Amino acid sequence: MSDSTAVAHGAAADAHHEHPPYQRHHFETIAQQNDATNFAMWLFLLTEIMFFGGLFTAYLIYRNWYYPAFVASSHQLDIFWGSLNTLLLITSSFTMAMGVWCAELRKKSGLVLCLVLTFILGLGFLGVKTVEYREKWEKHHIPGLHFSVQSFVNPASDPEVHDKYPNDQPLSMDMARHTELYFFLYFAMTGMHAVHMIIGIAILGFMILRAQAGAYTTGHVTFVENFGLYWHFVDIVWIFLFPLLYLISRH
Amino acid sequence: MTVNQHEETPEEHEQHHHIVSPKIYLIILLSLLVGTAATVWASFIDLGPFNPIIALAIACTKAVLVVLFFMHVKYSSKLTKLTVGAGFFTFLVLIGMTLADYFTRAWGRW
Repeated sequence: MSDSTAVAHGAAADAHHEHPPYQRHHFETIAQQNDATNFAMWLFLLTEIMFFGGLFTAYLIYRNWYYPAFVASSHQLDIFWGSLNTLLLITSSFTMAMGVWCAELRKKSGLVLCLVLTFILGLGFLGVKTVEYREKWEKHHIPGLHFSVQSFVNPASDPEVHDKYPNDQPLSMDMARHTELYFFLYFAMTGMHAVHMIIGIAILGFMILRAQAGAYTTGHVTFVENFGLYWHFVDIVWIFLFPLLYLISRH
Repeated sequence: MTVNQHEETPEEHEQHHHIVSPKIYLIILLSLLVGTAATVWASFIDLGPFNPIIALAIACTKAVLVVLFFMHVKYSSKLTKLTVGAGFFTFLVLIGMTLADYFTRAWGRW
C-alpha cells in the first residue's frame, strides 16, 4: 500500500511541469481544464433547462385546457413593459458577451465597464418587473386568499384593459376562477426567472469588485466566461417567457 | 502515462481559445432586436393558430443565435457541442412525449 502510494506520488511529481498558478494540479494542460469547466457548466445549465422546461410544459397544457381564462388573463399584461424588458435583457447579454471579450484581451477598464453596464441593465429589468408586480398586487391578481376574478367576470370594471381589448367577453364564474392558475404560473415562471436575475446581479457585483482589482485580466477568464454562460441562459429563458406570457394570446 | 506536456497545434489552440470578435456580437445583438420587433409586430396581426407557432419559431431562432454565438457553442469543442445537442434533444423528447400524452388522452373531454 505504502509502496503504491509512493509510486503514484513519484509519478505525479514527474508529471509536474511548469504551469500558470490558476491551473489546477490534476489537469495536464490549461486547455483540458477549460474543457472540463465548460462541460460542467453546460451540465448545470441543462439541469436548469429541464427545470424551466417543466414549468413551460405545465403552462402549455393548462393554456390548452382553460384557453379562455388564459387568454383573458394574459390581456392583463402590458406588451410595452414586456418588450422593454426584452430589450434590456438582450442588451445586457450583449454587454456581458463584450465583457468576456474584454477579459480575453486583458482590457481591464473595458471589462469593468461591461460588467457595470450588465449590472445596471439587470437592475433595470428587475425595476420594470417591480412595476408590473405592483399592478398585479393592486388589482388582486396575485393567487391566494385575496385573489379577485372581478376583471374577468365583469371586464368593464377594469377600464384600463377593457379599452385595449373591447371585444373581451365576460367569463363564467367557473372559467374565471381558472385565471388564478394563469397568474400562479405567471408568478412561478417570472418569479423563478427573477430569482436567477437577482443571483446573477449579486455575482456581477462581486465580479465588478474583483475585476477592478485586476482579477480576470491576467489570462484566466474561466469565471467570467462561465458567468457569461449563466447570464445568456437567463436571457434565453426570458426569450421564451415573453412571447408565451405576453404575446401569443393577443388574439 | 504520458508525462510530457502535450504541445498544442495552432488549430487546437484556435479551438480552445477562439475569441469571437465584437463585430459578430454586434450583428447578433441587432438580429435579436430585429427578432424581438418582428415577434411583437406579428402578435398584432390575427393569424389564428399560427400566432403561437410564429412566436415560438422566432423565439427558437433567437435562442439558437444566443447559444451559438453569445455562448460560443459554434466555436467550442466537440464535447461541448455534443453535450448541448444531447441536452436539448432530451429536453424536446421529454416535452414532446408529455404533450403527445395529453393531446391523445380525452383531449377536450375533462
